[in-house]
Amino acid sequence: MTDEQSGSKRIRVLVAKVGLDGHDVGAKLVCRALMDAGMEVIYTGLRQSPDAIARAALEEGVDVVGLSILSGAHLPLCRKVGQALQDRRLTDLIWIVGGNIPGKDHAALKEIGVDGVFSTGAPFEQIVSFIRQKVAS
Amino acid sequence: MSDQSKRDSATPGPPPLRWESGLEVKPVYTAQDVEQSGGSERIGAPGEYPFTRGIHPLMYRKRPWTMRQYSGFGTAAETHERFLYLIKHGQTGLNVAFDLPTQCGLDSDDPMAEGEVGRVGMAVDSLADMEQAFADIDLNRITVSLTINGAAVPVMAMYFAMARKRGFDLASLRGTAQNDILKEFIGRGTWIFPVEPSIRLIGDTMEFCAGHAPKYSPVSVCGYHIRESGANPAQEMAYALAIACAYVDHALARGLAVDPVARGITFNFDIHGNLWEQVAKFRAGRRLWARLLKERYGATDPRAMQLRMIAGGGGGGLTIQQPENNIVRGAYYALASALSGTQTMALCSFDEAYTIPSENAARISLRTMQILMHETGLCDTVDPLAGSYFIESMTNEMERCIEQLIAELDGQGGIVQSVAQGRVQAEVNRQAYELERRLQTGEVKKVGVNIFAEEEQDREVEFHPYREGEASKQIERLRRVRGDRDGAQVKRLLEQVRQAARAKQNVMPAVIDAVEAYATVGEVCDVLREVYGTYQEPVRF
Repeated sequence: MTDEQSGSKRIRVLVAKVGLDGHDVGAKLVCRALMDAGMEVIYTGLRQSPDAIARAALEEGVDVVGLSILSGAHLPLCRKVGQALQDRRLTDLIWIVGGNIPGKDHAALKEIGVDGVFSTGAPFEQIVSFIRQKVAS
Repeated sequence: MSDQSKRDSATPGPPPLRWESGLEVKPVYTAQDVEQSGGSERIGAPGEYPFTRGIHPLMYRKRPWTMRQYSGFGTAAETHERFLYLIKHGQTGLNVAFDLPTQCGLDSDDPMAEGEVGRVGMAVDSLADMEQAFADIDLNRITVSLTINGAAVPVMAMYFAMARKRGFDLASLRGTAQNDILKEFIGRGTWIFPVEPSIRLIGDTMEFCAGHAPKYSPVSVCGYHIRESGANPAQEMAYALAIACAYVDHALARGLAVDPVARGITFNFDIHGNLWEQVAKFRAGRRLWARLLKERYGATDPRAMQLRMIAGGGGGGLTIQQPENNIVRGAYYALASALSGTQTMALCSFDEAYTIPSENAARISLRTMQILMHETGLCDTVDPLAGSYFIESMTNEMERCIEQLIAELDGQGGIVQSVAQGRVQAEVNRQAYELERRLQTGEVKKVGVNIFAEEEQDREVEFHPYREGEASKQIERLRRVRGDRDGAQVKRLLEQVRQAARAKQNVMPAVIDAVEAYATVGEVCDVLREVYGTYQEPVRF
């Protein structure tokens, strides 16, 4: 059942590519999967600065920010995004990160403030239900 | 009627089977299928038009494929060491990976470069880096391929400047630049300038090479990344050929002759997926490119009609799960590449779903290709699958399929317009989603992923280390270069680049002069950004 069908307010998600990484296949797949699940999705396109992402999250009034990173630069980039979200008092947002993220870095990302990490190949259903659960709570 | 055939006719046939490209595959092929699909007249001889069987008469019997693993990371000094290592282990060419700041035309000290310097490739800011990376490497013996697109103009200029400084004659210098911007708009994403000036810059490099470096291939059109972004094999070939035609069209509009321009275009294709489909794709693509050059453009030099390629990679077929399986996959992908008559091969390493290849993983990829070359008889005879009812029928069908896709693109205003409006991207994205959905539901089988999967802990994979210290070293080095050079001269030479760009003249000579005086990649691209603007991505689903 999509969110629309269940009558609840549609979940709004900002999917963003941060930094210089041009691999956007996964980000676009997740956009579609979330749209198919009835969520409203705003996709930023490539090469966004951490500040631009936080600004878009504020302006669009989203519930969730999803970052896609495959360059290996997820730790330095997420530190900067975390700071930008804090600067705009967006710490209540649900923040997820996906891409080429080795298991050894998951804990460090959670410490920075990331709520969920989804490595390449994570089933869509897992991402959708994670978001729904987090938004509901 | 024998008992066997009675039983065969009584049982229902197997369910229909289709390749990713949509072509239906029958359980049995005969001579009749070859005839019905278009006949065998156009198979021809190896080394002869339309080159179905390969571009050389003796292919691997005379010269086996070049092995050119994609490599580069950290600073030029670190990359230089890896280059020497690969050459020592028998690699016959180099395929240079640049870091993202270099690819996006930014210097290492740009705020957007933070955390990315030297991470996915070698950081190049100035000619000093290029000189260090290729020090002591004989550029006549080891051919170099530069994987650079948006920032191709300054990076190619640095390569030429470095070669010239080392005493190599540009007139006989061989090598390749990727320099295919249209595919960057579809996938991979290291664009900088808007579509139209980006194509003009490629025209500048083609014109420069036709005049000054005729043996250098300024453009390697990549079906590869389009396939990795979700296109099926027929689309991969169709989009690549359409893109190559767009560059030829542009060059012709500038008054260049078709033969030297087409001789400078090479191709880069992917090899994962159904083995037979890849073979049919390559044989059909080779034939169609030859026909396009002859029939559409009136080329007369047979070399201009030859589709020369690197067929390799296969990253899209590799899996995070059970990573050792990727070694086996790589070997089969390499087999497809060899059976397709490639000129150059490179393989994604088994750890590439995790990290940039470790030294060990890169060596295994190299050994895979060497085992195929030296132990399995793949080089014994030319195009060993030729004449197979199945392969020739499917080559015919694939050629028709690709031709139809190109005609559709032409009917919609051509590939340039389709890319500028985001139509190709949307189609590729739609297919990627469809494939991912089929993988997740198990309709498409993947060993270790949706069949024979194992509960696994996060695997212990040897990670190529990213050394934060190298980035600050690179920034220091850049500052030293900026301090040591003649600043007034650099300013004047960059102004000449600006004038050339504004006047829509070929910018290559001015850029070579500027980088010779140690102007940086970021400085040259900043000037061009001021004149041309920056690409705005059309986001379509």
